[in-house]
Parts: sequence; structure tokens; C-alpha cells
Amino acid sequence: MSITAFPPVTRQAPPLHPRGSGGANVAGIEPRSPSASTSGVWIGIFAITMSFAAFTSALFVRQGSGDWIHVVLPRLVYMNTGVLLLSSLTLEMSRRAFAGAPKGNAGALRRSVLWLGITLVFGFAFVAGQYQVWKQLAAQGLYLATTSNSSFLYVLTGVHALHVLGGIAGLLRLLARMTRKQITLPMSSVANTAIYWHFMGILWLYLLLVITVRL
Amino acid sequence: MGKLFGVVLAMIALLSAYPIVTHMYAQPMDISTHGHAIDEQLSDTMSEGGVSFLGAQLLLAFFVWKFSNRKPGSKVTQMPGGANLMVAAAFILVGTEVLALGVLGQKAWANVYFTPAKPNAMQIQAQAGQFAFYFRYPGADGKFGALHPDKIDEGNGNFFGLDPANDVDARDDIVTAELDIPVNQEIQLLMHSKDLSHSFYVRELRIQQDFVPGLDLAIHFTATQTGKYEILCTQLCGLGHYNMKAYLNVLSQDDFDKWLKEKAAEQ
Amino acid sequence: MQEPSVQPAHVHAPPEGFLRKHVFSLDHKVIGKQYYGLGLLAVFIGMVLSWLMRFHLVWPTVSVPGLEFLSKVGAPGGVITPEYYLSLMTMHGTLMVFFVLTNAPFAGFGNYFLPIQLGAEDMAFPRFNMMSFWVTFVAFLVLITTFFIPDGPPISGWTAYAPLSAVGNDAGPGLGWGQSLWAISIAIFCIGQLLGSLNFIATTLDLRTKGMTLMRMPACTWAWFITACIGLMAFAVLLPACLLLILDKLAGTSFFIPSGLVVGDKLQPHAGGSPLLWQHMFWFFGHPEVYIAILPAMGIVTHVLVTSMRKPMLSAKVIIYSIMSIGFLSWLVWGHHMFVSGMNPFSSLLFSFPTLTITIPATIVTLIWLGSLYGANIQINSASLFALGFISMFVSGGISGFFLAQPSIDIYLHATYFVVGHFHMVMGVAAIFGIFSGTYFWYPKMTGRMMNETLGKLHFWFSFIGTYCIFMPFHYLGLIGNVRRYSTFVDDFMAPYLPVHKFISIAAFITGAGQFIFLFNLFYSRFRGKQAPANPWNATSLEWSIPSPPPWDNFGGKHPVVYHDAYQYGVKGSLGDYVMQDSPETILEE
Repeated sequence: MSITAFPPVTRQAPPLHPRGSGGANVAGIEPRSPSASTSGVWIGIFAITMSFAAFTSALFVRQGSGDWIHVVLPRLVYMNTGVLLLSSLTLEMSRRAFAGAPKGNAGALRRSVLWLGITLVFGFAFVAGQYQVWKQLAAQGLYLATTSNSSFLYVLTGVHALHVLGGIAGLLRLLARMTRKQITLPMSSVANTAIYWHFMGILWLYLLLVITVRL
Repeated sequence: MGKLFGVVLAMIALLSAYPIVTHMYAQPMDISTHGHAIDEQLSDTMSEGGVSFLGAQLLLAFFVWKFSNRKPGSKVTQMPGGANLMVAAAFILVGTEVLALGVLGQKAWANVYFTPAKPNAMQIQAQAGQFAFYFRYPGADGKFGALHPDKIDEGNGNFFGLDPANDVDARDDIVTAELDIPVNQEIQLLMHSKDLSHSFYVRELRIQQDFVPGLDLAIHFTATQTGKYEILCTQLCGLGHYNMKAYLNVLSQDDFDKWLKEKAAEQ
Repeated sequence: MQEPSVQPAHVHAPPEGFLRKHVFSLDHKVIGKQYYGLGLLAVFIGMVLSWLMRFHLVWPTVSVPGLEFLSKVGAPGGVITPEYYLSLMTMHGTLMVFFVLTNAPFAGFGNYFLPIQLGAEDMAFPRFNMMSFWVTFVAFLVLITTFFIPDGPPISGWTAYAPLSAVGNDAGPGLGWGQSLWAISIAIFCIGQLLGSLNFIATTLDLRTKGMTLMRMPACTWAWFITACIGLMAFAVLLPACLLLILDKLAGTSFFIPSGLVVGDKLQPHAGGSPLLWQHMFWFFGHPEVYIAILPAMGIVTHVLVTSMRKPMLSAKVIIYSIMSIGFLSWLVWGHHMFVSGMNPFSSLLFSFPTLTITIPATIVTLIWLGSLYGANIQINSASLFALGFISMFVSGGISGFFLAQPSIDIYLHATYFVVGHFHMVMGVAAIFGIFSGTYFWYPKMTGRMMNETLGKLHFWFSFIGTYCIFMPFHYLGLIGNVRRYSTFVDDFMAPYLPVHKFISIAAFITGAGQFIFLFNLFYSRFRGKQAPANPWNATSLEWSIPSPPPWDNFGGKHPVVYHDAYQYGVKGSLGDYVMQDSPETILEE
């Protein structure tokens, strides 16, 4: 490409900054900018919300078809709801305890890990409980393809449970990092995991509302 | 090479416009009562589109021709009016064009969809299924028999799944593979799908409407000219989609009556 | 204007070993090239499929030598069956829309250049980024396997309308596992795209370097950012839709299949579903998807043009706001694909108005491009030729869209070749031209070598003239009422127009052959191209301030500081008629 009379420009490349691979930077794992991971979790939540909005509108459209047969929810569902909400509470306890941890308070870190462990137990209990609910529905003769209501019930609860499993994976990872003493875990990681987990609870409440009112 | 671009683009633009301007490719003759509004809309849009197309392409060609690879030392300048002029032009030109066509086009659409069928419209049912259209006339009693999908038996010609043994209304229904209609008579076409999504398209009637399984739709039209016209399926329905067609025969009232009597006798 | 804080150096360690460097790389540049490579593979497969389609349309009974080895059932003796034609068509559309047009301009160039143009060392989440590519690659593999299964690839088009796509082989061949794998592939693709979009958005919001305010970002960065926002929402809706389709197909549910259907003599057991629901869900994704395909190209073209014109656009801000409005309006128009679908006709009018309104920002952008050419000093090269060609194609394709936006006209033109001409002009040509322009422009930066200019210009002329020869006649065919998605034209009505189809097919073969010039140039220049300096185009954005190719951490551990926007051309700078973005020299006011 000819560009008039100006001479071609060569920029001197800035000297490469020496990078070590020891210390706090374990190869492949990087402490990332706190605001980026916070943005990330909210963006993810937004996307998941859009997906459930799509499921909800499908439900409303489908409802117009007239073959709607009301589903009686097993009572276990409400127990599971309670467990999930409790897990949010315990996760909050963990998060607040961790906020005190960097001040060198080993006790606070221990408490944080304990509450996180309890949250995990509740999380597993929720998913196991949901599985039980499905078994109870099947015992009633309601399977995925039985009626349109049952289809939506399984899809909504199933996709939610899948996302909760993702949250559990996040909690497990958090637990692993919390107990590894040489890593300085940023507060934002705990906060972001908590945000996601609380969202699972809020999402569940929304789905429960839709299911009880519309299905 | 900028000049070459300008010249080639100008040629392409003019060559592209040529077949349109000379009406080399135009829609077949309109035989419907509502079609002229659609054709007018299409023609107006073609004029506006054509002017915009030629204007934009020739302007692009000219600017590239004039403002590329200029002499060294040429000053670059900004167009007087700047971005504001462009924004204003877009809003005013396009805005008015868009509004005008949008508002005017409403009427053409309303003619087809927002006017109910006349009380004396002749009802004919059309059923689409892989890969044929069948039509049903209500017969002397003016009533259609109920459809029973489980009774469909194509081998025995029971395309609609009628049950004349138990259903009185079905006994005089006339089922045909051709859609014959009298000229200047409004037809209300009741559309039913046997299996999948199909579509009913008759170019000359300026009608196109999908068959939606599970949804019984109706459209209405009046043909103003006798003749034989193609009914095409325009919604992908499987391997035979390309061959899924029937014929619309627009007949004089007498010819139609004769035809219907013949068909009734064949049932 | 708020300036973001300086982010701490937080990049991953330098990659070591072949796998880490070239295969499972966390480096956005490698990932960008991987996406581009996947797009390149997909586009050549897609092009060959289109050749087979065009061949069959004109010579339906002639054997394609060797095709019987790809599919004994689909092309016995090399002669394409009607269902195999539909398979070719479905795969062509799916590959092109998803694996080419969503990949190359957005995931390909965007991954490579977004972080650099922002002054960042990498994307915000490098591991998610790597995952996004490999997930997309898995989706590609799943799709391609359908060529090799007994029932063959799906036949329901890239739009996969239900019930055809949901009822299975009762409706004929090409609807068995091919269709299910299609839905699974696209669902996997959605996940890849969601991960990618997440990265683009977080990186743009949080990793801009000092001085890089949002309004100082180059136009292509904006375009990628807006595309990512659209993509996040669009793919988040397609994924549920695909899931429901998979369930209807494989688990006996009835989301999209109503009761009482007799398909292939079999009464289907489903009940109460709605075929229109699929269309609504699909097009709610599908319309924004086509803007995902075009917006990056608009950004790339703006960027290339400014550099080539040696002057800024009349207003980069207006272009950016217009692209934002197009992005916003794209959510309101999906029903224009469904005017005659059986949905409430009043909705059709409702959808028509925002559709027509999109013409306004699209016209604004086009007029700004045109008006900016006035008084310019356009440096003609392969990159700028394709950028100028883009404008021409965008005008052509946009104007045909104007017809289809009106429901009354759509009654006649729906499902004809007019529609096919329209979307090929905007997507199949304009967007592709954007990719070509970006390739010629950024190849030196990505590889350290210049592409061959003579071959590039030759490629341009083949493509520019060729695609007009192919796709302009599509509009004429549409006007006479030539129906689309037909594997053969068997009726008398079409007989007089078969010569037009022949002309198109021959043009397609010639234009396609010309693309091999590009392919050759890509690979030849990699090894034999002239060494490229850091800034061969005397351009201003941050990617041109680093070596060609860039080091693994882009800016060598430093954080560039940005003083103004990326369009300081036509000024008296120390380097010439331009001032780089990271240079504190005098600037032009907007």
C-alpha cells in the first residue's frame, strides 16, 4: 500500500516484562480482576434469566391449548424449598465470617469453612430431594411426556437442578481454595459464588410460584 | 483501481436495474379482487427501492472514482453538513418513505385479513398432507362432516378421515384433488393440515397462507378470471415438497355446477 | 467521561509446550485463530454444498462423480435424491449461519483483537474462552457426523420447523438421528457462544486500559461488544428451544406437536403442542442472530475504511449509536419471518413497523459511510476494496429487505427466491466481505507477513462481480414467483426460467473457484509473504502499536495509555497524517 510521502513507521517493541511462574501465580490459575469476575457472574445470571424467561413464555403459550391438567405437587417440594433457602442463609454466614478472615483471624476462617460445608450439605440435600420429588411424581404416574403440565414441571425443575449442580461445583471449588492455606482467596470470589447461589434460590422461588399457579 | 471500481459498480447497478425497469421479470397477472392493492404496494416499493438503490450505488461509485488514490499532497476534507446532514436525510427520506409505505400497506393487508368473508361466500375445505392437497365441498346439505384422523385411509380414497356410516353430514361431502371454483364468487377456504406445516400459494391470486397443524385457519378470496393456475406448497414438508401441488380451476358458474355434479356422482 | 482504573497485571503464565501453545491455549489470539480456522473449514464445506445444490437444480438427473461414496442412499450412482438435496441445503445453511458467520467475524477477529484494542493482556476469563472454542468445535463435529450416519443429515432446513423436525422418520428420510444430532449440535453451540459472549462483555466493561473510555473504543470493538450483548440474550433463548425440540424428538413430549396428526399413515401419539411456538422461539433468537452476523462486519468495515480513507468518519459516534439502535430494534422484529405463518394477522402489522424502522439507523450508517468518502483519499488495496464492496452489498441486501418488511408484499414474496436473494446479499455476501476485508487488513498483524496484493485484488473482482451475478437474479426469480427449497422445478411455469438458474449456477462455480485464490493466498503468504512491519497501514488503534505478530502478553507486561479515539487521521502527526491512540500528540475534535 502506498501512503504518500511519509516514511514507513517502525515502532520499537516494549521490552518483555520478566514473568515468573512461582509464588502466588500457579501456572494456569490466575487471580483475576475482582470487577471482571463480578461482572461475569451478573452476566451469567442475566443469561440464565433469559433462558428461564424463554421457558416461561413457552409455558404460557402452551397453556392456551386446552389440555391443561393441574399437577398436584408432592409436599416434599416445599421441604426442598426450605432447605435451599436455609443454604443461602448458611452461605451468608460463611461469607461474613470470611470477611473477617484476612485480618489474621484463623478462627474466622475455620467458621467460614464450617458454614460453607453446611451449605454444601444443604445443596446436596436439595438436589437429592428434587430427585425424590420426581420419583414421587412417577409413582403418581406422571412422567416427562405424560401431560404437557408434567413436561414443563420436569423441564423447569430439571434445568434448575442442573444449574444448582453447577453452583455446587462452584461451592466445592471455593471450599478447596479456602482450605488451601497458601492461596490468598480474594473476597470477590466468595462474594460472587454467593451471588450465584442466592440467585439459584431466588430463581427457585420464582419457578415454584409459576409451577403452583400455572401448572 | 479506484476508478475501475467506480466504473464496474456503476455498470453493475445499471445492469441490475435494467430487468426491473423493462419489466422482464414481473409477477403473473393478478386474478384476484384484493391483489391490485398488493401489486400497487409492490410497484411503489420498487420505485422507491429502485431510486434508493441506483442513488446509493452510483454515489458510491462516483465517490470512489473521484476520491481514491489521489495525487500525493491532496488534502482530505469533510463533507459540508457533516453527520447531521446524513442523520437528517436518513430520518426525513427514509422516515417518510417508511411511514408512507407502512401506513398504505396496512390497507392491502387489511383487505386480506381484517375483512370477514361475505355471508354468501362458498366454503371449501383444503387439507394439506405429505405430498398432496385435497379439497372438500360440503355438498347439498351445506355442512361438512367431522374429521376423524384415525379413519384416514388413502388407499381407499378416504383422505379426510370421514365417517359417512355414522356421520350424516359427511355423506354428501365431495372430495376432490383439484380446487375448482366459480369465477367472481367469494370462496372461504378452510385450511386443515393432516400432518405437518404446509402452505397454500397461488401466485395469480396473491394469496399465501401456511397450514398449521392443530390450528384451523380460514382465508377468503375471489377470482376474477377463468383459467387454470398452480397451487404450490411453500412450507418445507419433506422430500416431496418440490412436487406438492394442485391446480386451481376457475370456471364459469355453469361449468362449475356441471363439474360439481360430476364429482358428486363419483364419490 | 469516566476513566477505568488500571487493572493489576493478572495474566496467565507464558504458555509452554506444544499443546498449551497451540491447542489448548488460554491466549485469546490463538483462540481467535482457532475460531477463524474453524470458520474457514466450515465455509469451504458450505460452499461445496452450495455447488452441489446449484448443480442439482440445473442438472437434476446428472451424476456427480464420487458423491455416491459420501452417501450411497442420498446420491445413488452420484445422482442427488430430493431428500439429499434438502440435506445439503440444511447443512449449507446451518454451517454458514452458525459456524461461519457467527464464528469468523465475531469469535474469530473479536477474540483476537478486542483485548488488544482495549489495551488488555487477554480476555477476562481465559479458561472460559478456551472452553468456548472447544465446545464450539465439539458442536461442529456432532453436526458433521450427520453426513456419515445411515439416515443422513437432517432435511428440515437450518430453521428446523416443527412438527417436521420433531416427529421423526414417520415423515420420511433425513429426520431420524440426523435431526436429533442437529438439535444437539446447536444446543452445544449455544453454550460455546454464551461462554464467548460472557468474555467479550466482561472484558469490555472491566479490562479497558487507562484512558480507554467507552467512547474512545474503535468502532469494531463497539460492534463486537454490542454483538456479544445480543448473542448472550439470543443464544440463551435458542438453547431452551433446542432442548424442548430434543425432548419432543427423543422423549415423547409434545411442546411443538399438536394432537391428531397422521404422519406417513401413523397417527401420532402427541397432544396439544404448538408448531408456532417453535417458530416464535426460533425467530426470537433467529432475527438477532442475523444482526450478530452483520454487526461485526459493519464495525470491521468502518475501521478499515477510516484507515484507508486517511480521514475520520463524519461521526464515529453516530455510527456507534446507530449500531446500538439496530441491536436494540433487532429484538422487536422477529415476527416478520412469520407474517403468513398463521399467527394473529394483527401481530404481523405490529412486527412490520419496527422492521421498517430499522431502515433508519441502517440508512444513517450507510449515509455516513458514503458521506465520509467525500473528500477522502482512499488507499485502494484488497482490504479497502472489500470494505467498499461491503457497502454496495449492504445497500442491495438492505433494500430487498425493505420489500419483505411489508406484510402485504410478503404475501406474494414469502418463500420465494426473493427472500433467498435478500438474505444471501446481506449475510452470504456483505458479511463475508466484512470477513475478507478484516482478513486482508489484519493478516499482517496476526502472522507478521503481508498477503499478496495482486491475488487479493483478483479475489475481490471474482467475488464482487461473481456474487452480483449469482444473487441479483435471485430477486428476479422471486418476483415471478419462483418458490424456494424446491429440489427440482418440475412444472411448466418454471420452464422459461431455467436458463436463469443455469446462469446462476455457472456464476456460482466460477465465483467459488475464485475463492481458492484467497485460500492459496492465505497459506502461501504465511510462508512466503513479505515481512510485515508493526504498522503497515499507518493505522492508529492499539493493535498497530505492538509487533507483528504480537508477543504472548500483547503489550509486554506494560499497560498502554490512551489519549483519544482511534480515528485521528488527516492530522499532522509526528509519524505522518495520523496520530496513534496511545500518543499524546494534538488531536482533532469530534
